[in-house]
Amino acid sequence: MNGIRYVAVAGQVVVVAAGAPLLTGWMRQVRARLEGRAGAGVFQPWRDTRKLLRKEPITPVGTGPAFRAAPALLVATTVVAAALVPLLSTDTPVSGHADLIVVVALIALGTLALALAGLDTGTAFGGMGASREMTVAALVEPTILLSVFALSIPAGTTNIPAIVSGAVHQPARLASPAGLLAVAALAVAVLAETGRIPVDNPSTHLELTMIHEAMVLEYAGPDLALVELGAQMRLTLLLGLLSSLFVPWGIATGVSWAALAVALVAFAAKLLLLGAVLATAEVFWAKVRLFRVPELLAGSFLLALLAVTASYFLNGAS
Amino acid sequence: MSGGLYTQLLDLACGAFLLAAVIVLWRRELAGIIRVFALQGVALAAIAVLLGAHEERWDLTAVGLGVGVLRAGVLPYLMRRALAALTEDRQRHGTGDNERRETQPLINVAASLLTAALLTLLAYAVARPLTAVHPTPATRALPVGLAVVLIGFFVLVTRRRALSQVVGFLLLDNGITATAFLATSGVPLIVELGVSFDVLLAVLVLQILTTRVREAFGTTDIDDLRELHD
Repeated sequence: MNGIRYVAVAGQVVVVAAGAPLLTGWMRQVRARLEGRAGAGVFQPWRDTRKLLRKEPITPVGTGPAFRAAPALLVATTVVAAALVPLLSTDTPVSGHADLIVVVALIALGTLALALAGLDTGTAFGGMGASREMTVAALVEPTILLSVFALSIPAGTTNIPAIVSGAVHQPARLASPAGLLAVAALAVAVLAETGRIPVDNPSTHLELTMIHEAMVLEYAGPDLALVELGAQMRLTLLLGLLSSLFVPWGIATGVSWAALAVALVAFAAKLLLLGAVLATAEVFWAKVRLFRVPELLAGSFLLALLAVTASYFLNGAS
Repeated sequence: MSGGLYTQLLDLACGAFLLAAVIVLWRRELAGIIRVFALQGVALAAIAVLLGAHEERWDLTAVGLGVGVLRAGVLPYLMRRALAALTEDRQRHGTGDNERRETQPLINVAASLLTAALLTLLAYAVARPLTAVHPTPATRALPVGLAVVLIGFFVLVTRRRALSQVVGFLLLDNGITATAFLATSGVPLIVELGVSFDVLLAVLVLQILTTRVREAFGTTDIDDLRELHD
């Protein structure tokens, strides 16, 4: 039976790594259709990656190890986090180590590596992007932690698989005010962390507004392919975390091939739906001014804090 | 009504009540603030009606419905009218629509949101002994009422437009009403009537005052009231 457990972990990593560009392609396609364009097709991000991988690696003069290590570090931390978060199954060989704080720290490590790389280039845009990214990250990480804490109080643990399997068995936990506040807070935090539209526009090179793009301007060739893949994997991972925490149905809690297959289909369906909703929202939303981003994030932090207090006091846990 | 469903609905109404107070801090458009205030009135009425239905006291349900009509209907209508009068006057003079927004609160929005978080925690800490006296679902939600009272105070002292100060005053009063309902499980009809008429009168007076202030100064920014005019 141990074989299935290892297959589940490997499956999570493979699905996230292979599916991330497809999810991005799907979102771009939805956007294109809503804007009245034909769109480039769902496989375009994979074609871009293939094109970039064939190019010669180039490193700018004067950059150090931080610049060279960052893409690999970004992808590596995301892969580890994808193995830990229960996307397909809550019963895996690593689920004992899948603590919430570890996962958030891994995500923050990837952000930090990219910000350091941006500083390492020594260009104006790199430094500007790094400082903006850190401004956002400083408010996003505590929000993610707090909003999941609101769910971990009824479960009595910060182990994510335990929280998810608890929620599968007691769905009433999710319908409480604490659950609703937490999902709103986490959704805003995920949008900010992945650089989607109210905070950052992923498809622009306008220097006044860009955050993520400014940090990675100097990358080219295979390094750029890795950075793009890392960003796409983070989006998939965080949307997956959001869906496993708040719509946990379909995730395998036992060890069987059938449950794993159902989980795979359910995961894909949830991500396609979330991606379509996000893409639709992006068509209708405008980007928030950079100076109002801290306001938005402080609001989502407050929602997360209210969720924690509500789950602690209203349910009579004290 | 079953106990579990009642608790869930009451918690949900209290959550919406608190959330509306927070969104008032978040928004800048005065029209949006008034809309959120109306939603908070609906949540307050829901709290009272739920309490009444749970304890099968129909007078309480009637009080709840009355509160709903006043706070979600009449007061927002009066404020919207005051706002319309202000903006119409500005447009006639062609001086932009500065009146429609809370442009410069004394404390910026991000900081005031974090302050609201601290105030909520403070309310929870203060209300602990009260909750411990007789823990029921209603008294456990008591801190929500206190938190809205504190947030209302905060809005009242940090906003500069006269109309958003009125909203702060009304938030404060909503919080007091919610606390009264949750703590005593129902206010007598006559007390609630008295309080409601007081509030209505206060808003009418403030509306007249706002209009006069605008006529005298051309704006409702309270900071311009430093000097005496004849």
